[in-house]
Amino acid sequence: MAAPRAPLHLVTPVWSGGTWGIRGLSSAVAPEGNKKRTLLQLLCGYFSGVRVLREYQFRKQLQKVQKKNRSFTYIQDRYGPDIAGAYFILKLGGSVKFQGNEWMGPKDHGHSLDVLKLQAVPVEAVDASGCAINYQGLDNLLALKELRSLSLQRCPHVDDWCLSRLYLMANSLQELSVAGCPQVSERGLACLHHLQNLHRLDISDLPAVTNPSLTQILVEEMLPNCEVMGADWTHSLNPQPEDESQDIASPSAPSPSSRSSAG
Amino acid sequence: MLRRALQLGLGRGFWSRGLGTRRGGSTLDWDGKMLEIKKKIQSVLPGSAWEPLYDTSHLPPEHSDVVIVGGGVLGLSVAFWLKKLEQRQGAIRVLVVERDHTYSCASTGLSLGGIRQQYSLPENIQLSLFSADFLRNINEYLAVLDGPPLDLQFNPLGYLLLASEKGASIMEKNVKLQRQEGAKICLMSPEQLRNKFPWINTEGVALASYGLEGEGWFDPWCLLQGLRRKVQSMGVIICQGEVTRFVSSLDCMKDVDGEEVTLKRIYEVHVKMNQSLEYQPVECAVVINAAGAWSGQVAALAGIGQGPPGTLKGTKLPVEPRKRYVYSWHCPQGPGLEAPLLVDTSGAYFRRDGLGHNYLGGCSPSEEEEPDPGDLEVDHDFFHHKVWPPLAQRIPVFEALKVQRAWAGYYDYNTFDQNGVVGPHPLVTNMYFATGFSGHGLQQAPAVGRAVAELVLNGQFQTINLNAFTFDRFFLGVKTEEFNII
Repeated sequence: MAAPRAPLHLVTPVWSGGTWGIRGLSSAVAPEGNKKRTLLQLLCGYFSGVRVLREYQFRKQLQKVQKKNRSFTYIQDRYGPDIAGAYFILKLGGSVKFQGNEWMGPKDHGHSLDVLKLQAVPVEAVDASGCAINYQGLDNLLALKELRSLSLQRCPHVDDWCLSRLYLMANSLQELSVAGCPQVSERGLACLHHLQNLHRLDISDLPAVTNPSLTQILVEEMLPNCEVMGADWTHSLNPQPEDESQDIASPSAPSPSSRSSAG
Repeated sequence: MLRRALQLGLGRGFWSRGLGTRRGGSTLDWDGKMLEIKKKIQSVLPGSAWEPLYDTSHLPPEHSDVVIVGGGVLGLSVAFWLKKLEQRQGAIRVLVVERDHTYSCASTGLSLGGIRQQYSLPENIQLSLFSADFLRNINEYLAVLDGPPLDLQFNPLGYLLLASEKGASIMEKNVKLQRQEGAKICLMSPEQLRNKFPWINTEGVALASYGLEGEGWFDPWCLLQGLRRKVQSMGVIICQGEVTRFVSSLDCMKDVDGEEVTLKRIYEVHVKMNQSLEYQPVECAVVINAAGAWSGQVAALAGIGQGPPGTLKGTKLPVEPRKRYVYSWHCPQGPGLEAPLLVDTSGAYFRRDGLGHNYLGGCSPSEEEEPDPGDLEVDHDFFHHKVWPPLAQRIPVFEALKVQRAWAGYYDYNTFDQNGVVGPHPLVTNMYFATGFSGHGLQQAPAVGRAVAELVLNGQFQTINLNAFTFDRFFLGVKTEEFNII
């Protein structure tokens, strides 16, 4: 008796008032939501089975990311944190550089013997561009004591919470790139004040940052010894922006529509 | 059916016109009459909204397994965990009764939204750690199909507590405990403090503790709306109304000493609708008191505290509203992006607000100068006498600042020991509390909601043991106190 009654309650006026608000919210985010609605989305409103299926699908997607990011405790215990970290990054599709060695890409992943040979050599640089690394997966990298360069470009799951953990690498980290991470905002960038050894920081193309130019200036103030590469307009003004970006980034410089270009 | 309806409508139309002519004054409004008739016919036709009986769809349901009094962040969190932990989908019917859907004076929206793990009780540290984890994964917990992801706006900049020489040893002990529980807190000497935050005047500071992970502040409104959205999608009914009466049954028993004990059980809750005298009796099995600052009143409605003083029956729920001010000021030379939420040795605190050198802060008044909690008026002198001087002494650039606005909010202040009340009442057996957190209810709400839900569903705490927070302590006189440095 309880089950068929429950949906009936959903149509009381008070309730629909609430749902209206949520629909209003969603339409504010995606104005042409109706056009983009898939068939499954449409069916969701009519059949609870479809809804359950889609929720299951959503959970599966989350689990997939979590599974990719679990830590390799066995490898870490057996071969040390550097091998485990390198193995983790190679498995995700990134590349690593051991001290005194060449870069190793995901193609070299098959030759796991090569990695094992480097057991005593610390990892110097990690390029995890576009990898599905998240807060949990960062555990593998935080154990790398000699890591000097870290690139997290365009990582979809890297957010402010991840950046707040980088203080553990404060002693070694010199170069960091979080360019193009869709979830990184100025709130996470503020946490980088722990990284006082940082020489180079790339914070360009962050769509979640509301005021890219202002944020860049504030980050530069916060990290006086660091070269900060930031908002798009510095790139457009200068053919070699990486060399002179610090000179250009003065408060008086104009910032034409940097927000809109960042999305 | 149709013909009869037509006849009915037309007949009444002619009748009223007849009346009009008999009085003789009015002119013939043919079009208006026809429109009226048409409307009547339309309303009587099948498939229309016409209902012969009174429409009660705006009232809450007559039965609900759990009634949660208070739809703030704590009440909604209890609702969320009840639905999340239920065995079978739709097994429990949950009704949340909220007095004000705009949350105009609810503590949730008016708070600073800070979260910290720097407590001295293991329970509080665990609650905050769990909540930080919840907030980190908020888009997994509170995901709604096709809904936009929540933007919690979490600022992971940590709390910086300063201790004078007197408080240094307590702080050291606290930090040791916090580290044991898994919080990432570090201690800093005045020298380190000066290097890290050159804008702090370290005079009178002996030690500082600084949260490195999972501490900071977030947007409380986002958490509230996210919970509301999720809970509604899970089938919880949120109703705007006020609980005016609890109808309970009495059970008289004798304890081992031969004394009579009266156990109460609430079986009906009267929910009065907003701005009307209409009320709906809701039959229920469990009532959860999450009314925040007003939970003392809700408890009194259930007869808690109505007995001779000194007995369990006469023990009131010691939660009352206390007014706290939040001031917002602008200081162009103020601390930059790295500024954490700083709590001074004097108890004054502030945090950065946005990128434009705006700051929010305040201070808890002493017991003697508690403001009257009758309204939410702001006392601006309080800033000039109690908040500004210690802050300007600690951060010299704050000598020059401009107050821009201020507001006041309520603490659900536990006058007994300033800690939360969780769990059932010993005599009113089916009223559970989730209140009295005295200012840190928002940050602990996700964990407290889970604890209460576990208690209701399984009869015991499972993830975090909160037995130290039960109601019994008010009768026994055992205080569960925080040892704060300030």
